[in-house]
Amino acid sequence: MAKIIVITSGKGGVGKTTTSASIATGLAKSGHKTVVIDFDVGLRNLDLIMNCERRVVYDFVNVINEEANLNQALIKDKHVEDLFILPASQTRDKDALTQEGVERVLNELKERFEFIICDSPAGIEHGAQMSLYYADEAIIVTNPEVSSVRDSDRILGILQSKSRRAEMGLEPVKEHLLLTRYNPARAETGEMLCVEDVKDILAIKLLGVIPESTTVLSASNQGVPVILNDESDAGAAYRDAVDRLLGNEREHRFLEVEKKGFFKRMFRG
Amino acid sequence: MDTTAPLAQQASCLQLKGSLLTLTVLELSYFEPAQFSAELSEKAAQAPEFFKDLPVVIGLTKFESGKGPADFEKIISICRTYSVKPIAVRGGSETQQIAAKLAGLPCLPSKKERAAPPTEAPLPIEKVEEVKKEEPKEPQETEKTISEAKVKASRIIYQPVRSGQQIYAQDCDLIVLSQVSAGAEVLADGNIHIYGPLRGRALAGVRGNTEARIFCHSLEAELVSIAGQYKISEDLQTGSWKKPAQIHLEDEKLTVKPLVN
Repeated sequence: MAKIIVITSGKGGVGKTTTSASIATGLAKSGHKTVVIDFDVGLRNLDLIMNCERRVVYDFVNVINEEANLNQALIKDKHVEDLFILPASQTRDKDALTQEGVERVLNELKERFEFIICDSPAGIEHGAQMSLYYADEAIIVTNPEVSSVRDSDRILGILQSKSRRAEMGLEPVKEHLLLTRYNPARAETGEMLCVEDVKDILAIKLLGVIPESTTVLSASNQGVPVILNDESDAGAAYRDAVDRLLGNEREHRFLEVEKKGFFKRMFRG
Repeated sequence: MDTTAPLAQQASCLQLKGSLLTLTVLELSYFEPAQFSAELSEKAAQAPEFFKDLPVVIGLTKFESGKGPADFEKIISICRTYSVKPIAVRGGSETQQIAAKLAGLPCLPSKKERAAPPTEAPLPIEKVEEVKKEEPKEPQETEKTISEAKVKASRIIYQPVRSGQQIYAQDCDLIVLSQVSAGAEVLADGNIHIYGPLRGRALAGVRGNTEARIFCHSLEAELVSIAGQYKISEDLQTGSWKKPAQIHLEDEKLTVKPLVN
């Protein structure tokens, strides 16, 4: 049975699209047929992060409006087998996402894929609600700062009350916390909230902590999801998160300030 | 054909319902028959239409008996001459209330006893936003309203109450088996029990129950209120902050105490 996972946050700019790209890539790389949908109609970004912007012909809204079929709109990823991207429309707005239309497209995708990753837009309005409505699981992307945590709490409330699972009284949407842009040194000095603080406030299970890293930005700019970067801590953290999502135990890493050993100090890293 | 259907087939002929009405209060500072009559006549002359068959509640909260007691029989008869109809009294001392009752006027609780929620705290909303609706309320049977012996089941919330959510337990206690996040609001006509941190707002006894209490595992609230008396976060950061606490009214003052001494 296909699983629909929404990547959401409430707040903008916390790393939803980066996470969507990396998680979808990671799942596909582990051999699961995966599609990632950009729900950010009007502010299309996922295609850039996944480096397929020049191959967009038809988009999600075209499929909803039955102006194109899925085969025409799905873009095959160049890096990983088994990964497809359904881009958002740049010329429309969120109202183009109708509940029936979204349901029809998701049902069709469910027959072909194991994982359907929904990249939610920021905010709590129609676009975000459409992206989370049909979700089975949710990854809440949060930065270690108070306003992001507050907004995550808000979106968790919406997941509990306005998703299809909540409305139909089914088993609630499974919630995962993904803390991104984490800097252990700054958390230690109190400049940032620490992992425990965020876990305490949101009271949901921690899927992973992605350390703050310059490789994330360069990966985005190059259009190669950071999870494919073997040298990057952030990439490794995303690989751990994908493994945990698939039900494997992985110890949390990058939570502590890296202690530089004698040789490292001698040779400066 | 018989026009009078058997009683059993007819809908119930009476129903008791709570309702909020706007009434005119005749606030009495003191009672001096001649002056009272003159002032009332003047007012009635200004707006005869308004005063025609006007039901009024006689307010006694500011009444000073220094210039003589409130003679309700007389008050009623003067009022009647200007077609004003006293229907009840509000507030006043025990003797005044007895006198009013003898004159056939029922007593309403004074404003303080009723304690409207503070202006900062939003009024209780009948519907709970973003949260599963309360099970449909049973039809208010007359019998039920009259005999108060039956206990209404508490409303129990199993999940965290998140920022932006509002939960109202009408006519009963509210039990939250999780946390109440900052930016969330829980309200109850009865007590509120929170088996987790209280970081949002909690308002117990929102319809004036001064006996209502709030219990929580960790007091980190933005605001707590009982029957309209409230304290904000700044005033709560005392000994019980971030500790198990109970909040109740003591001599009309909001008091925070440790949950276990």
